Parts: sequence; structure tokens; C-alpha cells
Amino acid sequence: MSWFKRKTKGITTTTEEKKDTPKGLWYKSPTGKIIDTEELEKNFYVSPEDGYHVRIGSREYFQILFDDNKFKELDANLDSKDPLKFEDTKKYPDRLKAAQAKTNLKDAVRCAVGKSKGKDLVIACMDFNFIGGSMGSVVGEKIARAADYALKKKIPFMIISKSGGARMQEAALSLMQLAKTSAKLAQLADANIPYISLSTDPTTGGTTASFAMLGDINISEPGALIGFAGPRVVRDTTGQELPEDFQTAEFLLEHGFLDFITERRDLKNKVNLYIDLITNQPLRV
Amino acid sequence: MLTKIKLNSMEYLEFELPIKELQEQLEKCQIIGEESEVDVTETCKQIEEKLLKTKKEIYKNLTAWQRVQLSRHPNRPYTLDYIKALCGDSFLELHGDRNVKDDKAMIGGLGKIGDQTYMFVGQQKGYNTKTRQYRNFGMSNPEGYRKALRLMKSAEKFNIPVVTLIDTPGAYPGLEAEERGQGEAIARNILEMTRLKVPIICVIIGEGASGGALGIGVGDRVLMLENTWYSVISPESCSSILWRSWEYKEQAAEALKLTAPDMKKLKLVDDIIKEPLGGAHIDREKTFLTVRDAIEKNYNQLKNLSPKELVKERMDKYANMGVFKG
Repeated sequence: MSWFKRKTKGITTTTEEKKDTPKGLWYKSPTGKIIDTEELEKNFYVSPEDGYHVRIGSREYFQILFDDNKFKELDANLDSKDPLKFEDTKKYPDRLKAAQAKTNLKDAVRCAVGKSKGKDLVIACMDFNFIGGSMGSVVGEKIARAADYALKKKIPFMIISKSGGARMQEAALSLMQLAKTSAKLAQLADANIPYISLSTDPTTGGTTASFAMLGDINISEPGALIGFAGPRVVRDTTGQELPEDFQTAEFLLEHGFLDFITERRDLKNKVNLYIDLITNQPLRV
Repeated sequence: MLTKIKLNSMEYLEFELPIKELQEQLEKCQIIGEESEVDVTETCKQIEEKLLKTKKEIYKNLTAWQRVQLSRHPNRPYTLDYIKALCGDSFLELHGDRNVKDDKAMIGGLGKIGDQTYMFVGQQKGYNTKTRQYRNFGMSNPEGYRKALRLMKSAEKFNIPVVTLIDTPGAYPGLEAEERGQGEAIARNILEMTRLKVPIICVIIGEGASGGALGIGVGDRVLMLENTWYSVISPESCSSILWRSWEYKEQAAEALKLTAPDMKKLKLVDDIIKEPLGGAHIDREKTFLTVRDAIEKNYNQLKNLSPKELVKERMDKYANMGVFKG
């Protein structure tokens, strides 16, 4: 027996009377848990029941890591060009414009300096929403300049990676950003300034072949996908069945590439604990 | 009640049986006192005195083999016990060799003793069958030594002193270990440790078996806890190779001169850290405090040396090891 009985057949509500559910009130995690978005935000964008770490961008990471969400953005106005006159299904400049309009971001990385637990920290944080967090000349230049800033002011440096890899629309110019950013990190290392690399879901391709794997500590969040070649490519090339946890943060930890995995709620404390320890300073509470 | 729990959880070695007997008698006596209102204070006191005397007699005259047994006592504190006691919440464990694996038999990380950060590295054993397997019985693979080196180089970069805690029955003798270059990994560590530009303090807290121990054992100060052993081979293996039988392990232990006093006499280690009567496991807190003091004392002696002086002294120390004629 049904609980409700339809008295009249068909849909009787007129289109004008129909009520829309506002978008963004609820979030559904991949395991099917439905969460109030406000609650999700309060929980560091981690689904409370299953611990799923929702993909977030620079806005949220800055909010989590900088005290009172206060920071100064560095080189905010750097803009991409189209040196190769690249065209796939869309012209590259059109693609950039569309991405900028959609995401309200200039490119796939934002850099900022601010206080974290009372001490200066420079963070370069990638945004996956912007053309898959792909790394072109602007991403390379902004990261290099942020590293320069950290170098000049002797401030610990952190990169939060979240990227599909190199930006094809910039071809080899994009590839060379791997070398450019790595060279900067070498300078930072020579000056003994701590560099922390946080790989978040997903960190793949060129980013893993450069700054994401070059930290004094490499850390990650639970369940994040991290790898050089994508799982599909590996499966098709080798013909091998891949382990279930292939290229997860846990897989990388087991294989020696991560120093530790941290829950997002502990991120700020763990990063600053490391900085205090490695610089031999009193621990901040 | 407390003594009873302690008694049940404490494991005794064969030569400790007289102690176990007296301990049981003392406990019985206390129970009688509690349950029957008979005044047993005097008897208890007498047994306690006898217990102390017996302990002193036994532990003052330990043979080499008995010390080997004590160094492997199942209740003995392991590397992480020391680190947690020394650093508390300040300890941040770091993983991985950035190459193939995170070796569970070798652990490491940063932690504070007082105001000073140290980089800790050490072999870790397990507490029960499951964790012993997980820790591979404290036997590292090449990736363990490479993880240790990575952490020590990181410490050098940031001018953080290194403390190594040694407790291993040996480097893991496995097929994959050989494929990945067990010998190379240990050799590389030894070489790099001789010239690391920060103070290194090594403490043997349990077993110091051969290259597996030396792979994290080159330092400005090498200290041995009183009931540990350090040699080129375990007494059992030595017995089976030279006597062609495992039966001669006591003799082998004696012949190898592997105890802390012998090693100090040979000038192969710098100092001995005293353990509580009966061994480190009898009073863990006291052991941790003594080890903490030893680390701080030795660090204070080293911290004002320039990197150049430090490395020179360390190299001179190792250059002087060895006995020969002509």
C-alpha cells in the first residue's frame, strides 16, 4: 500500500508555480553522502561521515591556511598570451576567456603571502577549475616569482598542486615550466629555505615531474590521486591490471614518495609544526 | 594489586628465575597480610631485602650471553617508545626514501628535546606477532637505509643535529634487498655519515648487529646502553659458522667481546649509559630520563664545534680504530 495517493492524474502544478531547488545547498560525496554545503565548509570541505576530501581551490585553501583569511596576493594580474596561435576545438584565447568568465580566476594558480599561525608563509595554490589546473607560462612565472619573493624575504614556501599537467595549448613552452620552476626551487634549497609541497586531488603529469615531488617534505590529503601517467594510459600501455589503490596518496606513501598524509583539518597545524621543527624555533600552539 | 599485574605481564629470563621466585613469595606474603590481618610487615621487608640482594648479585655478574638476552627482552623499550617519551607531541614522523618504499623497520622524524630540534632515525621492532612482522623484526631493507640518509641530509641542510637509535638483529637478508643493493645502501650511509656537517649522536638501545647497525651508527658520539650488544655478527650466527653448531652461542658471545664495557675498552664506543637494576624495561621512565640526559649532555659538548672541526674529529676517531703490529 502506498503512503500517498494521487487524487488527480498527471502533473497539476503550473510551470509558474513550480519551485526551483536553489543550486549549491547540498553536496553529494562520491560515496553518496548528502551534506549541507554550509556544514561542509565548516568541516574544512571534508564530508563528515565518510571523510571524503572534496576538491577545493585557492580561495578555500587560503581561507584554511592564512590567519583570518588575510593575505596579500602576488602578481594577480599576470595573463596568458597565445604565442603559438593554438586552435583545437576552440581557439586558445577563447578558451582562456571562457575559463576566466566561468571561474572568475585569471589563470590556474594564485600566489599569496600572509600570516599562518602568526608567521609569514608564501603559498602558491593551483586551481583545477581553470583548464584542468594546467601549467602554462603564467603558472610557471607566477610560481617562480612567488619563490623569488620567499627567497628575498626568507619566508617558508608552500605549493599546493592540483593539476592535470602541462597546458597543451602552450606546447613546449609549457613543458619548460617544469625546468623553470625546478630551477627556482634549487635556488630556494641553496638558501636553506623550507619548501613544502602539498599534492592534492588530482596532481598528475608535469607537476609530479617537477615541483610537486621536490619538497623538503612532500605531503598529501587522504585519497588524493597523484601520478605521472594517468591510470588509463598505464593500463593500456602495459596491459596489466592495476591495484585498486593505484596512484592514491596512500599508495605513494607506501612507495616512499610522501612524508605523510594529513587530514585537511590538521593541515595548518602540521605544516607549521614542520616549519617550527626544521627551523629550530619554539613550537607555536 | 599493582604488583600482581606487573608480575603477570613481566617475562623472566632463565637466569632471572630466582628473582621471579622471590617476587612471587613477596606477593603471596602481601596477599596474606591483606586478607588475614596477620602482621607480615617484617616478613615482607625481609623478602624485599633478599630480593634486592639477589637482583644485585645476578645483575652485577652478568655474562655476555645474559646481556644479549636482556638486550632482546620482550618488554624492553623500542625506538618509538624512546622518541615519544623524549619528544612527546612535538614528534613529527616523516616517511619514505623517495625511491621505492617506506620501510617500516626504519623510522624517522623531527622532534624536540627541550628547545632543541633533533632528527631521529632508528630501527623499530614490533610488540606482538602482527607488529613484529609489520616491522620486519627490526631488519631494514635498502630503502630503510636510504630513508635514513634522506632524513639525515635534510637535517644537515637545516643545521639540525641527528640522533640515531640502534636496535636491529641485522639488515634484512632478502632477495629483493640484494636486488636493490643492501650493501650499497649501507656503504653510502656510512660514507655520508662520516662527513655530515651536523652533530650525530648514536645510541645502541638493544641489538647492534653488524652492518645493519653501522648503517646508521657512525657518529661523533656512540653510546651503548648497559645491557646491549654490538658486534660484527650475532653470537648465534658466529657459533654456527665457527663451531658449526648453534650450541656454542654462550662461548661465542664471550669471545666476540660484544658487551658495552668490552666495546668501551676497545675504544669502539664512547660511553655507556647506565640502566636501572634489572634492565631498561624494569623502569622505563628512568631509562628514558637517563637517555635524554645523555643526548643533551653530548649535544652540548658538540654544538659549538664548527662543521669543519666536527667532521675532522669524527674522521680522526674512525681513522684510529683498529689494532695491528708494525
